[in-house]
Amino acid sequence: MNAGIESTSNVTTKRDFLKYVLGGALVTWVASLLYPLFSYLQPPRQAEVEVTSVNAGRLADIPKDSGTIIRFGNKPVLLVRSSTDQLRAFSAVCTHLDCTVQYKSDLGMIWCACHNGKYDLNGRNVSGPPPRPLEEYRVILKGEEVHITTMT
Amino acid sequence: MKRLVAWFDERIPLQGLVEFLGKKYVPLHRGSVWYYFGGVSLFLFIVQVITGILLLLYYKGSEQLAWESIQFIMSKVRFGWLIRSIHTWAANLFMLTVFIHMFSVFFEKAYRKPRELTWLTGMGMLFLGMGFGFSGYLLPWNELAFFATKVGTDIAGVLPVIGKPLMIFLRGGEDVTGATLSRFFGFHVAVFPGLFTVLLGIHLILVQRQGMSEPPGSDAAPNRRVMPFFPNFLLRDLLLWLLVLNVLAILAVFFPSELGRKADAFASAPAGIRPEWYFLFMFQSLKYIPSQVLFMDGEVLGIMLFGIAGLLWMFVPFWDRKSSRGETNRVVNYIGLFVVLYIVLFTILGWVL
Repeated sequence: MNAGIESTSNVTTKRDFLKYVLGGALVTWVASLLYPLFSYLQPPRQAEVEVTSVNAGRLADIPKDSGTIIRFGNKPVLLVRSSTDQLRAFSAVCTHLDCTVQYKSDLGMIWCACHNGKYDLNGRNVSGPPPRPLEEYRVILKGEEVHITTMT
Repeated sequence: MKRLVAWFDERIPLQGLVEFLGKKYVPLHRGSVWYYFGGVSLFLFIVQVITGILLLLYYKGSEQLAWESIQFIMSKVRFGWLIRSIHTWAANLFMLTVFIHMFSVFFEKAYRKPRELTWLTGMGMLFLGMGFGFSGYLLPWNELAFFATKVGTDIAGVLPVIGKPLMIFLRGGEDVTGATLSRFFGFHVAVFPGLFTVLLGIHLILVQRQGMSEPPGSDAAPNRRVMPFFPNFLLRDLLLWLLVLNVLAILAVFFPSELGRKADAFASAPAGIRPEWYFLFMFQSLKYIPSQVLFMDGEVLGIMLFGIAGLLWMFVPFWDRKSSRGETNRVVNYIGLFVVLYIVLFTILGWVL
């Protein structure tokens, strides 16, 4: 601690030191101000019940050649009963821009009204802007009851 | 009255203001008619503030109550339908007049030195106006708004790096939910109006301090004519405002706003989802870009192109040096013409297809 008495170069170091301390304090202060602010802006993760299977109702209540949106946790799932009496289930979230798709009986296809995207009944994107096929779900018949489960 | 004026004059000298107004002139030339569009935009903004505050008295910004509260305004509150319809129509007319104002400023090169800051604040208000439109569109919480917001925020989400956090910030979560509504409500009635007022203040002060811009060359013309701002131009302005108010009333009475069906996260998107008309040209362009271009997602490419184009447009005073030097710059005219034609063409395409 003999810097002060000796030379001017040491005085500058002393000043530099103060600059760093005060600058650092300023940065810390700003950071401590911004951190809670930005944290606040991030919405908290809601605890979600992990859903792996839902009951979609009785087979008799699902008309042929129709599509129904089923609540799968907080995601919509489209259950299609085709004209050939096949049961298929897909995520109803269009892979293009997040709209909810529907079954269009006159086309025999799954259709997204937002940008005219079309998927066949295997969930493959066949025309329009969707970049990927729809995510598929498994349909299980337990007697009369229709169950939808995740593929894995 | 005289004593009142004297009372104020003693405390805040009004003499300067009176002198300033007395000496303020509006130049007359072939493009003078465009001067009115800034004023009309200002008037429409004032209408938005007033009708917006009125709507706030009954609107409830929550998932359970938003749609119902608008239904209440439309059916139960006396003249509620009128206030809401005027708010919707004034929003649309505002965007229209703002676009006309912006393009007239562009083609007259009124952004050139020394008015760069006026241009920048104006562009800021244009973007805020779009933000107002996008956030306000969701507030009735109907099907169309719900899916339009899903699409709009999803488009923001495809941006590289910042896209995903931005989308979550906008939506208040992974999906469009009541949390999104709360946020948009806050943006629409607090954040945007606050920012807009600051920009508007700067914009107006600059216009007053610097006076009206004149097209390059015409300020030096020997037969330059002017009109006193007070009262001649101001009265013309007010007359036009009155006309616009009447147009608003006619539109609101004969084409009142609809409410549609309440948003349902577990219903399929209805046909006819489209954004407000001033977003259509971008929306329509995205449809024509293939889903993969080289190594990029078509959407990402589209958004980045629009982003870059918007930035170039915003900074035109800084790359169009010629106009600032008083030379003619035809390139800027051609770019402007191309942009106008592009927007008009794609808006029409988006409307009819």
